[in-house]
Amino acid sequence: MSTPHGGRLVNRVLPKKNSEKIQQQINELPEISVSSELAYDIENIAKGVFSPLEGFIGEQDYINILSDKRLSNDLPWTIPMLLDISNEEAEKLKENDDILLTSNSRPIAIIHLEEKYRYSRNQLCTQVYGTKDPKHPGVAKVLGMKELLISGKINLIEEPPSKFSRYKLTPMETRILFKEKGWKTVVGFQTRNAPHLGHEYVQKTALTFVDGIFINPIIGKKKQGDFKDELTLETYKTLIENYYLKEVAVLAILQTEMRYAGPREAIFHAIVRKNFGCTHFIVGRDHAGVGNYYPSYAAQEIFNEFPDLGVIPLFFKSFFYCRKCGGVANEKTCPHGKQFHVEFKGTMIREMLERGSAQPEVMRPEVADIILKWKKPFVE
Amino acid sequence: MSEKKRKFTTISIPTPLFKKIEKEIKGTGFSSVSSYVIFVLREILAKHETEEKKAFTKEDEERVKEKLRALGYLG
Repeated sequence: MSTPHGGRLVNRVLPKKNSEKIQQQINELPEISVSSELAYDIENIAKGVFSPLEGFIGEQDYINILSDKRLSNDLPWTIPMLLDISNEEAEKLKENDDILLTSNSRPIAIIHLEEKYRYSRNQLCTQVYGTKDPKHPGVAKVLGMKELLISGKINLIEEPPSKFSRYKLTPMETRILFKEKGWKTVVGFQTRNAPHLGHEYVQKTALTFVDGIFINPIIGKKKQGDFKDELTLETYKTLIENYYLKEVAVLAILQTEMRYAGPREAIFHAIVRKNFGCTHFIVGRDHAGVGNYYPSYAAQEIFNEFPDLGVIPLFFKSFFYCRKCGGVANEKTCPHGKQFHVEFKGTMIREMLERGSAQPEVMRPEVADIILKWKKPFVE
Repeated sequence: MSEKKRKFTTISIPTPLFKKIEKEIKGTGFSSVSSYVIFVLREILAKHETEEKKAFTKEDEERVKEKLRALGYLG
């Protein structure tokens, strides 16, 4: 199994007795309200999903991540974890303060304020997303951020409520699970989509090289037109139930938002799966991409910059169904012309919905059935 | 943003080795001898990456196994 990123799994969950003590003091603490998305990332930090981060990053890490894609201690890290505050909020807070972080009026965590610093939204967009186009969902989010950033270690008081908690495992739990299953090598699969046969082909091809597969859909805020979280989860449950050996496949979610940062997010996704115990990570075409912001295979090429990532990327080209081959193939395995190929594209799902019937060449009937019956399958 | 900058330091390598690397990296993706040396050092150091501390105790393990059984992850 892989070593956690940075050498140890972070645990910033307050033990119950401390948590109860803090609950009595929280009325005296200054308070910052955070979004639900940020609350889930606070939980992720506290439970080691984002190891080695112990809180929101300081300015030196911020500078290093933007320019070198690394933390200030040289560890690979590509997506900055940021807590933004307004000028007015900043005036009331000073270094070494303990601040209560709340979400939807519930106490979530305490942050010990280490630093307040200014940043450039333009620079953040250009370096992380490679664009300043406000139509990019990541850029749009940055443009809406407040004026300053604060850093500091956090302590989780209480998990933010989630309707998906049944499917959430912590890195400690997955590591124990993989160990119990006797898996020494595990491939991680990131997804935000309902599975088609191309996905299944990639996963099963990867599985031939390792002991087990960890299918880990991202559940959280997504852009318009992406599949709804509940549907992604349901379709994967059905696919695994019908077409996978139970002994070699584990399904659990990662509750965090999609950043659509393409290559940088591919590295981030790989690091997170390394923390879950994965030794390998699948990277397909246009991983974590959106629109035409990133070249098709940029998310694979970026791995060349990280000989020290500690997780082995498995690169896959795009696949199609070949009517002549009678199965899923790619440009390296199929000698037939394009007239025989059925591409796996987002539009095919929409066509399927319009037709009201599944196309067995591209999707398992059980999976298609779920999508067809879903009232509104896409994020609006 | 403040005056904080990326931090670098200098190390010495024999000039013939420097020249050898300079020749070797021509036409590759490496933009300088420094970037090549940084890459190689990171690659070597990563091989020594070890877990600093066991992530969980025996008690944690038993508690987690119980949860995993209840959730159907373990038989």
